Amino acid sequence: MATTLDKVDVVTVGVGWTGGIIAAECTKEGLSVVGLERGQERSTADYSMVHDEYRYAIRYELMQDLSKETITFRNSRDQKALPMRQMGSFLLGEGLGGSGTHWNGQNWRFLPYDFEIKTMTEAKYGADKLPAEYTLQDWGITYDELEPYFDKFEKTAGISGEDKNPFWGKRSSDYPTPPMKKTPLLAKFETATSNLGYSPFMMPSANLSEAYENPDGQQIAACQYCGFCERFGCEYGAKTSPEITVVPTARETGNYDVRFNANVVEVMKEGDRVTGVRYMDTVTFEEFIQPAEVVVLTSYVLNNAKLLMVSEIGQMYDPETGEGSLGKNYAYQILPGASGFFDEQMNVFMGAGALGMTIDDFNGDSFDHADLDFIHGASLSMTQTGSRPIASNPLPPDTPSWGAEFKKASIENYTRTLSVGGQGASMPHRDNYLSLDDTYKDIYGVPLLQLTYNFTDQDRALHKYLTERAVEIMEEMGAKTVVGSSPLSDYDIVPYQTTHNTGGTIMGADPATSVVNNYLQHWDMENLFVVGAGNFAHNSGYNPTGTVGALAYRCAEGVIKYSQEGGSLV
Amino acid sequence: MAEKKNVSRRDFLKTSGIAAGALVGGGIIGGVIGANTRQDTAAPSGGSAGQSGGAEATEAVRGLQFFKNQTEFAVLQQATERIFPEDDLGPGAIGLGVPFFIDHQLAGSYGENSREYMQAPFAVGEATQGYQSRLKRNELFRQGLQKMQQEAQSRFEANFVDLEPEQMDEILTAFQDNEVEMQGATAQFFFRLLRQATLNGAYADPIYGGNQNMDAWRMKGFPGHRPSYINEIESEDFVEFDPHSVGDMLS
Ligand SMILES: Cc1cc2nc3c(=O)[nH]c(=O)nc-3n(C[C@H](O)[C@H](O)[C@H](O)COP(=O)(O)OP(=O)(O)OC[C@H]3O[C@@H](n4cnc5c(N)ncnc54)[C@H](O)[C@@H]3O)c2cc1C
Ligand code: SF4
Repeated sequence: MATTLDKVDVVTVGVGWTGGIIAAECTKEGLSVVGLERGQERSTADYSMVHDEYRYAIRYELMQDLSKETITFRNSRDQKALPMRQMGSFLLGEGLGGSGTHWNGQNWRFLPYDFEIKTMTEAKYGADKLPAEYTLQDWGITYDELEPYFDKFEKTAGISGEDKNPFWGKRSSDYPTPPMKKTPLLAKFETATSNLGYSPFMMPSANLSEAYENPDGQQIAACQYCGFCERFGCEYGAKTSPEITVVPTARETGNYDVRFNANVVEVMKEGDRVTGVRYMDTVTFEEFIQPAEVVVLTSYVLNNAKLLMVSEIGQMYDPETGEGSLGKNYAYQILPGASGFFDEQMNVFMGAGALGMTIDDFNGDSFDHADLDFIHGASLSMTQTGSRPIASNPLPPDTPSWGAEFKKASIENYTRTLSVGGQGASMPHRDNYLSLDDTYKDIYGVPLLQLTYNFTDQDRALHKYLTERAVEIMEEMGAKTVVGSSPLSDYDIVPYQTTHNTGGTIMGADPATSVVNNYLQHWDMENLFVVGAGNFAHNSGYNPTGTVGALAYRCAEGVIKYSQEGGSLV
Repeated sequence: MAEKKNVSRRDFLKTSGIAAGALVGGGIIGGVIGANTRQDTAAPSGGSAGQSGGAEATEAVRGLQFFKNQTEFAVLQQATERIFPEDDLGPGAIGLGVPFFIDHQLAGSYGENSREYMQAPFAVGEATQGYQSRLKRNELFRQGLQKMQQEAQSRFEANFVDLEPEQMDEILTAFQDNEVEMQGATAQFFFRLLRQATLNGAYADPIYGGNQNMDAWRMKGFPGHRPSYINEIESEDFVEFDPHSVGDMLS
């Protein structure tokens, strides 16, 4: 028998960036908020001995315990989906701060083109630019409508950057802190891309260039370029994360309670409203019901979709008919790029997760696609994030992968290799979607989420074109040997790619083709909100979190408005 | 096929001395001189570690937490050494303590796959679906090392550890090319696991028992744990540091 707890105004499932932002905004307005987090409490004090590549980057110390829960995966509908038994392609978060603890901090706003991609693509290139199986959709919100929320997230996070990119949307104010240091390695990229006629600029970064106090009074320290950033927590409190910003802001109001080891298994409902959530204590396996006026799903792309599916809220997407919206438009990211081998040794082991320079000349619709068989593109960047010795063993072509020759070449090239990489946009496709698995379960007895996904022809064409551009840049940088990324074949869940999963709970203007409206309010249940990169109707040529943060602020405004007025917000 | 590869690997060994000489000529003085000096001091202990399994090579007492059978451990030592051999740059897997690192890892959560999804049913999938075996890593390692010993017997009628280096390479290559029959997983999967575990042990912080004296970091020019590079990040020149373990942080 489940124990029913006292009702609160708002309950969030998970406490990462999205859960933290909802909590901070709602508690400041006087709402009582409970954050249910399956993982544990953690803070900067836990990261003082974090410079340990094996434990954190190879063995995934801070990430999800897959023995409890994972997903199943197949490339296509005619395959049997099997569990992702080990983490690889993407690294899921767990514990206070979620993935926001161990992210890099590369912080982007999606382009104006992204939010109206279908309309703008059709207007410029005609309705059949892409075949019909690409289920392209506008987002039901424009860049201009979302701009104040982008601005708000960047001020909370103290983002370091410079407004020098001619291709991105108009900003209402400059970055809160100046860009990071332009290192000699980044300057090589800057010179090469300028020579080629492109417009390089410093990557917007959540590793702060200087100490900063955010509008909520939270202090963020200055980055030390320590080289242990991506996959690590920051021992200085210099990488903006939920546990040093929005979580303390919420806690200071006295209206916030984070409950750890609390794994939500179901959203409870009655008629056309949700009534709260049911969760299991992961230590005792006791069951609790947390009633709430408003439920906000902030448990990342995968579990946001899973919880709606197991709770039977919304209409499941059917790839046969194209009907239904829940699980639709799962997208990912593709990684064109080039590596260059140099003669001189370089300080590649120094760096920070978002230390980089970028060009957007081949992102979005900044370049003409009339004669190309794909749309969109990628931001192309050179980053200096800190190469570490277990993972970084660069080998020139035709070098064996073990033995004497391997040892020499990998050691020699470790400090002599640079790469230019693209975050390639990923367009939705009829056959790429999320559903529930009918065989495998998590340890709480709930079915696993099932992922059906493969790269598409659009992806392959984009990847090829952008890889050619990356190779040209690397050649201009003076590398003696340049190797472009190998052509895309089938999506493989084993090697790490990015934790930029998107879609499945997409936003839009039409209840028939989206799960939530542009306040991230569920179309069928007005006191249920679902927020995260799952709301993206496609994935852009950037990392997601700047846009996720903006959507979370938009959602928080929606929750507050709903608490005062009720009803549908659109 | 395998023989050809061995020949070229050997040829490379012959010419590698020249390559290192060329590096000195090319002016990468810091790194190479550093490596040479260290080699002089490290050679005796590295050598004895190679013979004895490293027990007398350091002050610390060493022993096995997972392997019970010394033959299996000896095969592990030689196999990892072929993957990451001692050369003019510095010690190989044995000199770095990699076999002990792997032994210790197999005794813990890595060997037990304790943070991974190990629930039935198990089915053979596509390569893109990843590992689908019910075997835990420590079971896979034992089976793989036993198979290596069997291959040595059937191909050369000798113990794996008594083979010539190129014969060991032939067997490792057979695993890499999936030409050996294993149960519950493929030989290729085991080979990749073994290769990765060797690199893990070579380059992980020495707190795990490998990367002895931080010599693998020295070879690679990686400083290990440093609190900050804020004063060096804008340097035009390559900066060398004496490496530090994250163990230094424990007060
Ligand atoms: C290594 C790495 C590097 C990255 N680098 C970047 C980058 O440079 N730039 C960028 O934009 N993005 C980056 N990302 C992505 C970024 O971290 C995420 O977009 C962001 O943190 C997502 O926030 P979220 O709140 O949606 O989800 P999460 O941070 O995943 O938080 C969800 C929380 O919900 C909890 N939870 C899940 N299910 C349940 C349940 N059933 N019950 C209770 N709790 C639950 C989880 O434990 C987790 O704490 C990176 C990610 C990784 C892993
Ligand atoms: S690189 Fe900077 S932000 Fe990242 S962990 Fe190190 S000090 Fe923190």
